Amino acid sequence: MNCMDSKQPETGLLGPESDSQRTLYPYVTGTSVVALKYKDGILMAADMGGSYGSTLRYKSVERMKPIGKHSLLGASGEISDFQEILRYLDELILYDNMWDDGNSLGPKEVHNYLTRVMYNRRNKFNPLWNSLVLGGVKNGQTYLGMVSMIGVNFEDNHVATGFGNHLARPILRQEWHENLSFEEGVKLLEKCMRVLLYRDRSAVNKLQIAKITEEGVTISQPYSLKTHWEFSAFQNPTQGAVGSW
Amino acid sequence: MSSIGTGYDLSVTTFSPDGRVFQIEYAAKAVDNSGTVIGIKCKDGIVMGVEKLIASKMMLPGSNRRIHSVHRHSGMAVAGLAADGRQIVARAKSEANNYESVYGESIPVKELAERVASYVHLCTLYWWLRPFGCGVILGGCDRDGPQLYMVEPSGISYRYLGAAIGKGKQAAKTEIEKLKLSEMTCREGVIEVAKIIYKVHDEAKDKAFELEMSWVCDESKQQHQKVPDDLLEEAKVAARVALEEMDAD
Repeated sequence: MNCMDSKQPETGLLGPESDSQRTLYPYVTGTSVVALKYKDGILMAADMGGSYGSTLRYKSVERMKPIGKHSLLGASGEISDFQEILRYLDELILYDNMWDDGNSLGPKEVHNYLTRVMYNRRNKFNPLWNSLVLGGVKNGQTYLGMVSMIGVNFEDNHVATGFGNHLARPILRQEWHENLSFEEGVKLLEKCMRVLLYRDRSAVNKLQIAKITEEGVTISQPYSLKTHWEFSAFQNPTQGAVGSW
Repeated sequence: MSSIGTGYDLSVTTFSPDGRVFQIEYAAKAVDNSGTVIGIKCKDGIVMGVEKLIASKMMLPGSNRRIHSVHRHSGMAVAGLAADGRQIVARAKSEANNYESVYGESIPVKELAERVASYVHLCTLYWWLRPFGCGVILGGCDRDGPQLYMVEPSGISYRYLGAAIGKGKQAAKTEIEKLKLSEMTCREGVIEVAKIIYKVHDEAKDKAFELEMSWVCDESKQQHQKVPDDLLEEAKVAARVALEEMDAD
């Protein structure tokens, strides 16, 4: 690993002074992912933006990917770390498939694997800078879980990452109920994504909604939400303001 | 064929006066003692079949897999010492994985065969390592189409249209040569391979055997997988019928 260890004493908890090997801050990031359980499975929504700091640099980033036959992974945070996670999972699923024994890894197992990976990286002070949402259906059981970059993991009926935690989850807590139909679920997700679009500066108006059921995964084509800006307070915004012209 | 290499056969790093390495030839004998393994290249893919000699009635059918997937697009059928075979398969999987992570595409079958062959050859170069006592038939599909390779304990690897190793390899090769492989689909190939294995199985010497088959073809979407159960049953039935017809003559 570190062939260039400096001769400085290894004081403190951070190990040898080769900081260039640890993740310190993210560079290209994705914003919130929102997901909920519905009647037939899981619905997940994420926009397609990759921000480079405050610049909306990339506008066609797919932040949700199918994993194996039974799971769907959505990520916010550092895009390159997400791609690395996809590599790990690809290898995991490949080895699982090569057994060719009629069994396959379900969402619960993949979620557990991701938790281990994230927690162990965090313990080395070299985290994968992502918040992951893992949802899926296997043998009729629906599963939806989340893992953060410090390895905190839990499962719930609806989850969100980043700003979604503050803006989308209250809506979901009010309006989510068991056995939502597909249309109701999509409407609820779009409501959440619209609030995020208005209020989250790193949100971009190009999103995808993914659905996973026992039959498989469908990720929609990118589309935009309709927004309304014709509020009277927005007409002539500078009228009466001090120092304006 | 059975020459005693007295004195020159104790180590794999010793040549005999007539230029042979006896240890490698003895390793090949280990392969000849195992159940027959066949591979054929059909029009649209590869079919591989193994005659798994059952050592004990207590063994669970379907266990003790002799055909392993090496990557999505390729698989390996092993003859000879099973434990040695496991090692070769593990190495092949690791090579395939490594190639994909470095080059971003699935390992071409030719490249995989070369890597497996040089690994097997490696174990014939040092006195403190014994040669692998197993031969491998490797089949896969890449952008150059379906390809079949065979790797022997000496580390030789050639590309074949049809190959056989193990007990009944001579008889199996004769049967394979009779087939018109370039016009056969894999579905037909499965039936033919089953027929050949049933035919070369020696009822007198070995009692029971289990037939294991796999394919990589258009029907399996270029993925290496076990032949589907219904087709396998169909093949077994056809093979038994063909055997009875032959006996009836």
